[in-house]
Amino acid sequence: MCLGIPLKILAVETPGCGFVDLDGAAQPVDLSLIENPRPGEYVIVHAGFAIERLDTAEANARIQWFRELR
Amino acid sequence: MNPYIDAFREPTPARALARRITDLASQIPKDRRPFRIMEVCGSHTMAIARYALRDALPPWIELISGPGCPVCVTDPGYLDAAIELAHRGARVFTFGDLLRAPGSRETLTDARAGGGDVEICYTPLAAVEAARADTERPVVFLAIGFETTIPPAIRAAVEAHHAGLKNFSLLTAFKLIPPALEVLASDASLQIDAFLLPAHVSAIIGATAYEGFVRVHRRPCVIAGFEPLDILYGIENLVHQALAGQACVENQYSRVVRPFGNPRAQNLIEEWLEPEDAVWRGLGVVPRSGLRLRSDRAEFDAARRFALKITAGRPHPACRCGDVLRGILHPQACPLFGVACTPERPVGPCMVSSEGSCSAALRYRVSMRNVE
Ligand code: SF4
Repeated sequence: MCLGIPLKILAVETPGCGFVDLDGAAQPVDLSLIENPRPGEYVIVHAGFAIERLDTAEANARIQWFRELR
Repeated sequence: MNPYIDAFREPTPARALARRITDLASQIPKDRRPFRIMEVCGSHTMAIARYALRDALPPWIELISGPGCPVCVTDPGYLDAAIELAHRGARVFTFGDLLRAPGSRETLTDARAGGGDVEICYTPLAAVEAARADTERPVVFLAIGFETTIPPAIRAAVEAHHAGLKNFSLLTAFKLIPPALEVLASDASLQIDAFLLPAHVSAIIGATAYEGFVRVHRRPCVIAGFEPLDILYGIENLVHQALAGQACVENQYSRVVRPFGNPRAQNLIEEWLEPEDAVWRGLGVVPRSGLRLRSDRAEFDAARRFALKITAGRPHPACRCGDVLRGILHPQACPLFGVACTPERPVGPCMVSSEGSCSAALRYRVSMRNVE
């Protein structure tokens, strides 16, 4: 029930609605819970709704830190 | 390819983290073993089983699954009410994993086979669309779930409200994680040393929402994402806190969780809902652990519109889901596990939902090591 994965916003259409990239397909998403969403940003999508945006700077810093672990 | 998923599943850092945990955990004194970590999120349950994370840890680090699967904690009495709605001619919309969860007598699948109109949707907005397409028939969305799922369900009601629809309502059984943590931490018999806090519940309520809990109950807590590297790093931090005699809320999922959560989602909850005492399978009645529609939103409340009396249901007498959900019984220790109770023929909800402990244990054949 809890999908909750980060997906990239492809387009923002009418306020609060848009499309995200789900494995190469444009999937409609409700963006009304996100302040000022922009194409190219990543959001966590759950039950058809973006529930929060992904902070890519934070994510990349963590990825980098993990990669340095040996 | 999804860069923000794949990067958190890489095997080399996973092995490195497992080694770091093993080194650190060797410092846990013998009289403090086992060190029991509970997660309260169905996605954590699934990921731990799927990536066999238990096998990567020393045997005295126990990972136990708590009441984090929304379907599993839902009382059969709620399902009885949903089934009654289907029998009374409402179009009932639900997420798929509720479909086979047992009520006291039957499931929603049985109700459907008996002619009831029960439809699966992936978003509550699909139920609003259905109500719009045929305004003659009542449409009810089965609105269960934790903080993560509440805003989407309420947004659906807002849509229906804006569209002037008079035939859309929610049958709610919303539940809140912090009050459940209080119950779990207060019960000394459960022996929970630390908590891995849910990722997306925290995205809504914020990292600071647990501060009161930690101050009172003094347990190390980490908010972690549910990819394997997130979980392992979270476990390392929990062991570290315990060894240092600390108990704080560490937000390791800062790429998504903000200190004060999502204000839009919180405003929606505030405007539409009010606290109520809720029944949890496994925990019983937990004060103010649920949310119901406020009386000025009664037109969207299916229970009021259909004058439903939701009473405590009767779970299958042999099902041990209640003990599984409190982390005192491993799924494999239930006599029905994998024999009389399988994902094809589930006896209890923990075998129905893919997020349920019993289903995860069976699907990924969780090692019995931490059970014995
Ligand atoms: S194995 Fe089946 S009967 Fe046993 S606790 Fe799990 S869901 Fe209930």
